[in-house]
Amino acid sequence: MTTFTDPYASSQETTEGRVYSVTGGDWDSLVTEIGATKEERVVLNMGPQHPSTHGVLRLILELEGETVTETRCGIGYLHTGIEKNTEFRNWTQGVTFVTRMDYLSPIFNETAYCLGVEKLLGITNDVPERATVIRVMMMEFNRISSHMVALGTGALELGALSPMIFAFREREKVLDVFELLSGLRMNMAYIRPGGVAQDLPEGALKIIRETVKDLRHNFKDNQKLLVGNSIWLKRTQGIGYLDLAGCTTLGITGPVLRSTGLAWDLRKAQPYCGYENYEFDIPTTDTCDVYGRFLIRMQELEQSLRIIEQCVTKLEKLENQPVMVADKKIAWPSQLSVGADGMGNSLNHIREIMGESMEALIHHFKLVTEGFRVPAGQVYTAIESPRGELGVNLVSDGGTRPYRVHFRDPSFNNLQSTAAMCEGGQMADVIAAVASIDPVMGGVDR
Amino acid sequence: MSENGMFGGKGSGDTSGFGGLVNASTVIAPTQRPYGGYFDQVADDLERAYPLFSDAIEKVVVDRGELTLFIKAARLVDVAKILRDQLRFEMCVGVNGIHFPEETSRELHAVYSLLSITRNQRIRLEVCVSVKDPHIPSVVDVWAGTNWHERETYDMFGIIFDNHPGLTRILMPDDWAGFPQRKDYPLGGIEIEYKGATIPAPSQRRSYK
Repeated sequence: MTTFTDPYASSQETTEGRVYSVTGGDWDSLVTEIGATKEERVVLNMGPQHPSTHGVLRLILELEGETVTETRCGIGYLHTGIEKNTEFRNWTQGVTFVTRMDYLSPIFNETAYCLGVEKLLGITNDVPERATVIRVMMMEFNRISSHMVALGTGALELGALSPMIFAFREREKVLDVFELLSGLRMNMAYIRPGGVAQDLPEGALKIIRETVKDLRHNFKDNQKLLVGNSIWLKRTQGIGYLDLAGCTTLGITGPVLRSTGLAWDLRKAQPYCGYENYEFDIPTTDTCDVYGRFLIRMQELEQSLRIIEQCVTKLEKLENQPVMVADKKIAWPSQLSVGADGMGNSLNHIREIMGESMEALIHHFKLVTEGFRVPAGQVYTAIESPRGELGVNLVSDGGTRPYRVHFRDPSFNNLQSTAAMCEGGQMADVIAAVASIDPVMGGVDR
Repeated sequence: MSENGMFGGKGSGDTSGFGGLVNASTVIAPTQRPYGGYFDQVADDLERAYPLFSDAIEKVVVDRGELTLFIKAARLVDVAKILRDQLRFEMCVGVNGIHFPEETSRELHAVYSLLSITRNQRIRLEVCVSVKDPHIPSVVDVWAGTNWHERETYDMFGIIFDNHPGLTRILMPDDWAGFPQRKDYPLGGIEIEYKGATIPAPSQRRSYK
């Protein structure tokens, strides 16, 4: 065997056999060497840093030629201990932590968490309607931005660049709306226990209406590019097959479950945040494959736009209503406002606590540093995130900080289906199958 | 391992500045019939389908509109099979752990959230074991999707799920010592080795004392 000086490709002998490391550049020397060995079976380590693996997912593939005989996922590279951290901060601060779990759907993390806290507090029905409608609107916008990443990166991983450009163009529009409403484009900590952090700024509804119009028009670009495209069909039809029995035993929810023909969506089945008051459809397909999941995501975009339009109509009627519970022992004392130097605490509030009322200052200080107490108990709240059932298991011991916060993240659960979808197929189809699960490693590893 | 928290907090680990705010965990009292809602129906169906019901169930708790069945560890797989096959709880959406250090000999709880698509209902199973003997039979044979959830619960709490097909750490590195989500495990203060260089524990390099 020749010795190599190639910095990007090398090999070494280990107890498990010869291990080849290639990181980029020219692999010619290795191809010759691998070709010279008799064994057909190759164990391939794809990731944890690989453009086709949706973040730091490590796939361990056992190959016979191009056929995948075994697939295993290695996860944990993005574990940040968020669940442990929340136990050391008060209930309101928890929002800022959990929004960073699944970073493509921060609003869903926040809402699921806040619904849980409100259920523990027993104030579910006291949350003002305006706050609930804003939550629904934010969630549906977030569903669009998340699906846009799923579609864009999914297409990119299969070698189609243009859909990614279009998808990220639309996502930017949604992020602009987030910035307008919450001040931040991602990880907003906008949904708070009891309501939302601040009311809509002036003129927001008009901008939202225009954005919805633009999005609806622009979605057609991707539709024209991909739906029925013969190359796209060849890469996605019949790939990543998982039927209903497989989905139920593996606990799979979301678009993957709906691609088996079962219209299971928590927004319809177990409504929360008043979803029963909106008109929308649950798109399904019965193909159980990557193409079916792609079609479902495309159709869900339009359904989300429908819901947002209904939210805008409702919000116009709810002008000047509160966006936070009336109970001053729970509601965050200060509403934020945008001033000349950016966003911060409302000046009226600062004037009150610093110049007018000692009691208001004490109240503010107590609530912000110590937080509110939550009666002891355990709850499980689940909402339909873009990837499926996002469940939150909260335990309180009666104190001002959570005793236990557990997120049942749909990406974590759904990633288990990789082996069922990929084994026996071609290696190139692994990429399509993983993309159709749409795992977000921030949510998987938490 | 240092007991100091990331921000120099001592004792309770309370970083809010209100050192005395630690509450003892509260054990919720069992609920008596009628449970209300669909919970009576679930309990009736389970009692009918499973003759050893009274032996397997430790207590039933209905709190905030949610039903929790506390199951003896030894009977868990039996109950799970009946819940899946006869009561049509097709999905176990997740398993997670909770650590209650004050509950002597029942410190570790494993919580199973079940979903029935057929009935459109949810219930919760809870199994309590001691830290000294943290063994619970695995339900991977009943719901394959609990595989990773049980691994995560093992990783974070050290609950050993017997007959699990491959109970290894899933989020933490394979050679990690300790179970990070237990209450006696500190936040921060873990010595981190990075490419040969050691980084001092957070309590040594930053402190808000």
